[in-house]
Amino acid sequence: MLITCPYCGPRDVIEFTYQGDGNRQRPQPASQNLDAWNAYVYDRLNPAGDHNEIWQHSGGCRAHLRVVRNTLTHEISSTAFARGDHNSVARHRAEDKP
Amino acid sequence: MSPRRTEAGGLIDRLRTIRFTFDGAPYTGHAGDTLASALLANGVTLFGRSFKYHRPRGVLTAGVEEPNALVTVLRGEVREPNIPATMVEIYDGLTAISQNRFPSLAWDVSAVNQLGGKLLSAGFYYKTFMGPVIGPLKGTRFWMFCEHFIRRAAGLGKAGTAHDTARYERMNAFCDVLVVGSGPAGLMAARAASDQGARVILAELEPHFGGSANWSGETIDGMPAADWVGRAAGQLEGRDNVRLLPRTTVWGYYDGNTLAALERVTDHKETPGKGEPRHRYWTIRAKSVVLATGSLERPLVFPGNDRPGVMLAHAAERFATEYGVLPGDRIGLFTNNDSAYRAALALKKAGAVVVAIVDVRPELSSEMRKLAGETEAEIFSGHAVIATEGGKALSGFKVQRFDMASGALSGDARSIHADCLLMSGGWSPTIHLASQAGAKAEWNETLQAFLPPKPTTQQWIGAGAFTGSFSTAEAIAEGRAAGFSATGGTGTPAALPVVEAAPGDPDPAPVFEIRASGKSFVDFQHDVTADDVRLAHREGFVSVEHLKRYTTLGMATDQGKSSNIPGLAIMAEALGKPIPQVGTTRFRPPFAAVSIGSLAAERFGDLKPERLTPMHDWHVANGATMYSAGLWYRPMIYGHPGETIEQAYVREARATRESAGMVDVSTLGKIAVQGPDAAEFLDRVYTNMFSTLAVGKARYGLMLREDGLAFDDGTTWRLGEQDFLMTTTTANAGKVMQHLEYFLDVIWPELKVHVTSVTDQWAGAAIGGPKARQILAGCVSGTAVDNAALPFMGIVHGEIAGVPVMICRLSFSGEMAFEVYSGAGYGTHVWEALIEAGKPFGLVTYGLEALGTMRIEKGHVTGAEIDGRTTARDLHLDWMLSKKKPFIGSAMMDREGLIAPDRLELVGIVSLDNQPLNGGAHIVEQLDEANPHGSLGHITACCYSPALGKYIALALVKGGKTRRGSRAYVSDPLRNRFGPVEIVSNHFFDPDGSRMHG
Ligand SMILES: [Zn+2]
Repeated sequence: MLITCPYCGPRDVIEFTYQGDGNRQRPQPASQNLDAWNAYVYDRLNPAGDHNEIWQHSGGCRAHLRVVRNTLTHEISSTAFARGDHNSVARHRAEDKP
Repeated sequence: MSPRRTEAGGLIDRLRTIRFTFDGAPYTGHAGDTLASALLANGVTLFGRSFKYHRPRGVLTAGVEEPNALVTVLRGEVREPNIPATMVEIYDGLTAISQNRFPSLAWDVSAVNQLGGKLLSAGFYYKTFMGPVIGPLKGTRFWMFCEHFIRRAAGLGKAGTAHDTARYERMNAFCDVLVVGSGPAGLMAARAASDQGARVILAELEPHFGGSANWSGETIDGMPAADWVGRAAGQLEGRDNVRLLPRTTVWGYYDGNTLAALERVTDHKETPGKGEPRHRYWTIRAKSVVLATGSLERPLVFPGNDRPGVMLAHAAERFATEYGVLPGDRIGLFTNNDSAYRAALALKKAGAVVVAIVDVRPELSSEMRKLAGETEAEIFSGHAVIATEGGKALSGFKVQRFDMASGALSGDARSIHADCLLMSGGWSPTIHLASQAGAKAEWNETLQAFLPPKPTTQQWIGAGAFTGSFSTAEAIAEGRAAGFSATGGTGTPAALPVVEAAPGDPDPAPVFEIRASGKSFVDFQHDVTADDVRLAHREGFVSVEHLKRYTTLGMATDQGKSSNIPGLAIMAEALGKPIPQVGTTRFRPPFAAVSIGSLAAERFGDLKPERLTPMHDWHVANGATMYSAGLWYRPMIYGHPGETIEQAYVREARATRESAGMVDVSTLGKIAVQGPDAAEFLDRVYTNMFSTLAVGKARYGLMLREDGLAFDDGTTWRLGEQDFLMTTTTANAGKVMQHLEYFLDVIWPELKVHVTSVTDQWAGAAIGGPKARQILAGCVSGTAVDNAALPFMGIVHGEIAGVPVMICRLSFSGEMAFEVYSGAGYGTHVWEALIEAGKPFGLVTYGLEALGTMRIEKGHVTGAEIDGRTTARDLHLDWMLSKKKPFIGSAMMDREGLIAPDRLELVGIVSLDNQPLNGGAHIVEQLDEANPHGSLGHITACCYSPALGKYIALALVKGGKTRRGSRAYVSDPLRNRFGPVEIVSNHFFDPDGSRMHG
């Protein structure tokens, strides 16, 4: 499997560390909503098909990437810096009120 | 001259004699021989004993698919089992032994297994040994009783126990076109692709390139095919854009056109060349792959088809033509197709007598009648072989009239005297890699074979016999076309090489089994008979995958190479379904056996990476026993002559508490946390406050995981307003770094913080004890180190022996202690200066054992207690949980299960019988040594405490705090230890910290 790091180019999967389901939404730090915390810590999507994942280029530039990978074929349809994905910030801020 | 060596011919070097032994007996062969061909040349036909019945077995094939003749090769003390004798190239001094025989190959006591054939029929293990224990001779407990004997009787070769000193390596390669297989198809593909300028890798599992051309006896472009392929390979070798890999088995086809291959670099050599690894594991990324893996001949299933002397027709042809060896003097042939006639003729030409050709087909083509006539054999068309005769070698076989449509036998059986019987049940394309790479194989009724599926996501093109095109002319044409299309080319009008070959129709008659009385083997390697397959059907196994597991058909090294199609055909007949509806198993990697050493490669042995602290050489030179902790090496003790480990660490710890001791702490994880939001970030990451920490001070910090469990601890030093130096435990340095990076990059990208791993930039020495401050005062310049300048948790900058150092006063040992950091390159310089300054004060160096002892005496936690299951409260660190701010884990740490009163909590344990305690031992309440039960928890760390004069331990015990002062027992049945203990506070020594505060 090759992952195309936007910074380093196509690199072998051995250089990357899987950092989990990219759909997780972290509640506000002070949130006391235990259901939301529970969902964030334990609930994982497990689709047969395209999956939104976070991978760290730990053996390279160490950036975190948002990778869409097909769990049936390992085909990767997109990679982008997770940092550049401002939605992730916006999403968790809008998600619940402390 | 060996008894069965032909006068001339073959690819062997008859001028070079090689000496080797098999089962202790000396033999000779020629350079170019395999162990199989050399032994056959010496008249040896018995190679091994079968898996379950211990039947005598000979050589069935001439290549990688050999299921019978598996041998163990010995190199000194190192033994490698289960290698096909057909794949072992002989060298001077080769020592090979047969397998699965007791006491010897010729006289095997377990051969009586076959007398009680029913005893070991399909499913024997499941039926007899699985399930509840009912009666004395059933069930799992019975299995445990019998296992030793059965494992000895049934099985393949024994693995060795000696350390393998061979070196293995891994290699990554990239190419435009990987060609797998170097028969005429593969050679043409490689040539066409390289003509286009593509980077080509050509992998061939045999020592020679050329595949079937080496023994086909055909002519290509007017020259012997063997010469033609030799010349073609020679031309490729000279090209810059071609890499030839002989003795290289491509065994796995993975995502993204990544293929795995094993190159056997030195197995054929008496001694490896300088720097040569034994095996090389190739990871090959290919834009495009040409699969030219050829095909495998199938056995026919008939009673006694496993007797030594019965072999595949092409194998005998290959032994005669390529190795100059006759597998017998009087040869019979049993076939359902035309291809085997050429083999009979080749053996005749090599000097054997062909006594009979038995063909299940009632009518032979005129071409086949002509070929048969040239062999001068008696022709039995419309006949079948119904039995073989002989003991450990074939002496003859019986034929009877056979009706292909009904499978019925009729007329009188006739015995024919022969010492070798060739069989051919048609050919199966070697589709293993294509099957690994994609969809299901497709059954072809005409060819009676599974053809490779169409490529799905992988980029491969097939050529030659692999695609079911069995003639050399087709292979050449398809190979060239594949080479062009693999590079995106469109072909060439140049003429193709001209092939002269024996005539023949490649389509076999659909006959797989002759049903007559006696054991007819489908899977030779696992002793699976046709009756076993039918038994599985009667017992309700309808899926081919279940059939495989129940009967063990096609498992182990065979992987269905020889047994797959006959097994399916018999199952299909039993089910009354056509073969395509029964389906086939999906082939999985590896195609052939792969050495574990090649998979480990440089991650094992001399090439394994190791991390050494800047002071490593000093430790070794000064008597340290080094201990490997992850990749790091750390001093365990600095032992004196004659000291035990315990005596050494007790001496080191006692000297530290009496005067001073020093330990190398360079392995601690160190992370620079810098930026305007660094303090805010640390407040979120640690359970306690860091924004309130003054510049020039350090603080002990605790991190939790998101789920509220303890993660890591360490001190973090504020070097400037926006500049922190975080330390982590040695083991968690990498994990903590990733944890911080994840939050900064993904969760809180708005924080202006940068983290940098600086573990390797700093050398650290921790010096502690009543005299530590005096020692420092004697060697540090540029700063005072008294209580006013350097209070507890204070940081100063100064110099030692002309080198800038940073000193923080903090303590792990419980003594007045200081951590002295310098640039890594000055580590030894500063360390030696401290040693010198410490001499008048009796300074000792101490290792991990004394470090552990002193931390246990103080009740500090490490990875043994922060084990991923404990909370801050369990470890009595709840005083560190800030209530003023949220932090990672704060929301989840108060969940019901994490605050329950019966959780395991940290306690101290004192041995009351003055006997040592052991890590992992249980703490129990009841005095019941014979039947220990009701574990309260377990010991996490233990030592002899010189400060207390007792054996003590830390433990995690249910409701720990409430049990302080109570008695219990340590129970350690594995080490035969049971004894009384007292549960106490984990702070054994100097609980109010007066020593370190000074
Ligand atoms: Zn990168």
